[in-house]
Amino acid sequence: MPSLDDLKKRIKSVKSTQKITKAMKMVAAAKLKKAQESAENGRPYSEKVQNIILNLTKSINDPNNAPKLLIGTGKDEVHLCVVMTADRGLCGGFNTNICKLAKKHFRKITKEGKKLKIITIGTKGYDQIKSEYGKYVIKKINFKNKKKLSFIEANEIGKVILRLYEQNEFDKCYIFFNSFKNVITQIPRSELIIPATSLSDLQSSKDKNTDYEETHSYEFEPEEDEILNELLPKNISVQILKAFLENAASEQGSRMTAMDNATRNAGDLVEKLTINYNRSRQASITKELIEIISGAESL
Amino acid sequence: MSLNFNLEIISPDKKIFVGETSEIIIPGFEGYMTVLKEHIPFITFLRPGIIDGKNLSDQLFVEEGTVEFSKNKLLILSSTAIFLKELQKDKKDSLRQEAEKLLSSNNISDKQRYILSYKVDTLKQIN
Repeated sequence: MPSLDDLKKRIKSVKSTQKITKAMKMVAAAKLKKAQESAENGRPYSEKVQNIILNLTKSINDPNNAPKLLIGTGKDEVHLCVVMTADRGLCGGFNTNICKLAKKHFRKITKEGKKLKIITIGTKGYDQIKSEYGKYVIKKINFKNKKKLSFIEANEIGKVILRLYEQNEFDKCYIFFNSFKNVITQIPRSELIIPATSLSDLQSSKDKNTDYEETHSYEFEPEEDEILNELLPKNISVQILKAFLENAASEQGSRMTAMDNATRNAGDLVEKLTINYNRSRQASITKELIEIISGAESL
Repeated sequence: MSLNFNLEIISPDKKIFVGETSEIIIPGFEGYMTVLKEHIPFITFLRPGIIDGKNLSDQLFVEEGTVEFSKNKLLILSSTAIFLKELQKDKKDSLRQEAEKLLSSNNISDKQRYILSYKVDTLKQIN
């Protein structure tokens, strides 16, 4: 049985932990609001860019000459996986969930005998991946000193990926991130960003010709090839930015829930400890009383 | 019949304008163009310039962007669109100096030169 003093100390330390988690929860809640807003505001842009690309691809006349970014290199040997995580911990399963999903994918491609290349964004992701897949990591990027990620950072990463693609370093590129559904639910997702579509998709969409009239009446200025060549690299950056924003919102949401749980757990613990403390205090008082009474009786 | 059509100006972090307008002038890649209702569908790029339209609270400065018009809906996607009144003088000047510096260097392509010269011109116009 711990002494009264020990119990007192424990209660005090748990209480101060509770204060910290509570503060972190508040901070996360405040940041979440902002992050959520920008994630939601960012969605239309990326959706619309993809829409335009879709419309453009429908009007490509010669699928075999389409830009490589759109239809891929025609091979499926080297996969580049961009794993996007947070730079900070204490946010529940946020980082672990992305890494789990990514590792599942890594296992699948290594099993199929394909080559794997990994770029990690955020330090936590690298920490979790390095033990098992460290040798595949070709680049690790983090924005620890940046408070808010904007299009500029997304563009930077987009350029890195594009350069690698131009050097034929990989055939397919996936990004892994958490998409923000609500405060409690964040869904880890993988998305194929290069190629934007496949040759077979292109042909099938051509064969269907569902809304032929509509899509083929677009006027392009400059030519559609030129537009595609410009838009596709931009699309990569836009998709990465979207992932950034979703990730940021998810991180805060996840942290908020985790810290909320921690605060509650600490509260429970304090309650339990206080009961213990009171009991042992009572026990010691009773013991003292018995001693006094039995002492008086013996006189 | 109303002469209005839908207009959306969207940047990666927010919707800048969503609403209706009857006429809008955009700096298309190959020259300024005015869009009215029932324009044929088109997709084009923007070069640096000024977007001006009815119902817009102010003119917008853009450096680049993608524009799609279909079914009487004009969509402008630009990561650099900014209202003129929000564009601070020092930022404007630094943008111009940067562009001028780039323009005077020799290792840029014709296309870049074309875009940069418009950027400088537009920034000079704004006062």
